[in-house]
Amino acid sequence: MLYPRIIPCLLVRNKGLVKTVKFKDGKYVGDPLNAVKIFNEKEVDELIVLDIDATVQNIEPDYKMIENLAAECRMPLCYGGGIKTAVQAQRIFNLGVEKIAISSAIIERPRLVSEIATRVGNQSVVAVLDVKKKMLGGYEIYTHNGMKKSRLNLLSFVLQLEKLGVGEIVINSIDNDGMMKGYDLNLIAKIKETVNVPMTVIGGAGTTDDIAEVISQHGIIGVGAGSLFVFKGKYKAVLISYPDEKEKEKIYCKE
Amino acid sequence: MISIIDYGLGNIKAFANIYKSLNVSYKIISDFHDLAGTDKIIIPGVGAFDHAMKSLNDSGMRDTLDKMVLDDHIPVIGICVGMQMLAKSSEEGVEKGLGWIDGVVKKFDRSKLRSKEPLPHMGWNNVLIDSDNRLLKDLHGNPRFYFLHSYYFECNNPQDVIAKAEYGEAFACVINSGNIYGIQCHPEKSHSNGIQILKNFGEL
Repeated sequence: MLYPRIIPCLLVRNKGLVKTVKFKDGKYVGDPLNAVKIFNEKEVDELIVLDIDATVQNIEPDYKMIENLAAECRMPLCYGGGIKTAVQAQRIFNLGVEKIAISSAIIERPRLVSEIATRVGNQSVVAVLDVKKKMLGGYEIYTHNGMKKSRLNLLSFVLQLEKLGVGEIVINSIDNDGMMKGYDLNLIAKIKETVNVPMTVIGGAGTTDDIAEVISQHGIIGVGAGSLFVFKGKYKAVLISYPDEKEKEKIYCKE
Repeated sequence: MISIIDYGLGNIKAFANIYKSLNVSYKIISDFHDLAGTDKIIIPGVGAFDHAMKSLNDSGMRDTLDKMVLDDHIPVIGICVGMQMLAKSSEEGVEKGLGWIDGVVKKFDRSKLRSKEPLPHMGWNNVLIDSDNRLLKDLHGNPRFYFLHSYYFECNNPQDVIAKAEYGEAFACVINSGNIYGIQCHPEKSHSNGIQILKNFGEL
């Protein structure tokens, strides 16, 4: 049987890993390569690494870093940050990254999804949508670390991406990021019933019960978390953790 | 010496790192002149079928590989799209495949999937081993491997299938005919189970 995916999501800023709250106040949590080595030992399902500087500062992806991470990773790696063209995507892909995550570039030019897919295959093109609640209900897609509003309709844009051949949709809740108080289940349910491609959700996990809740509602889904896997305790001491096989079984089976 | 074929796509370095840690000698090959002295060949692959076939055909290594695999019977394994390239053709594209194993590549039929099963087939799934093939040595139960694909290999000779996986219906996950092997999932990204298969391949 196919299992749900439990995915640490790591944010890179200025060559270090940080963890944000509501996309702000990045707290330094360590060295990316070192984190990958620890996650290898913990046999994680998959890893998402997002460079949160690249798009905002309008710089090229850090190919050297990506190459080092990909070579170290014993699990599939999804990289995002600063990718604007199919040529860049192909270059990153050739460094050994299985999945290419794009966000602001496809919001500006959705056709980019198909252009990248022709080279790397649909299964490897991942759309990351940073989503925030609107004041009067509904959701809005943002880019540039939550600073730039897109004015797109979330559900129709998701369908458009699917038509263009996107392989996976990652929904990142800005409101719940770093809050560790659970996922936005309403948001997840809304999108999950709309899409037929794999979906991963990020934003809000404070305990493995939060992950279990998403899985019990949706079965095959990717559940990502940042804070949960890098912090320990009330004072958020940095300590990398990840459920082992037994804990995972419990997460899958929770009613 | 294991030759990892670098034809411009695929996570070459991930294979290299694993063999390095296993202390098995390997070379990354992008020029056919360097294929001399090879006793095993790995054709990695992540990407679209046509793009992969074109890249391999344009790499200048195609003729030498054909000869080594078909005439000299050097063991070869194709991984993910590398496995699909072993077929005659693929529904994903119009390019001709290598045709080294009798079969064609088909797209998963959405109507056979349960409503909640998304496509692509993405994530960790059990590999159902039905063979004592040496490539699968020391893998027990139904070990989990990482999959990322929308197309699968349909063998014309059922005996070429040495392990299956299930998604909607059972499909060929590991295939073997003579010296030629293919694996749909990603051993280079499947932790200890994957390392075991790569180790076994090195010991064939």
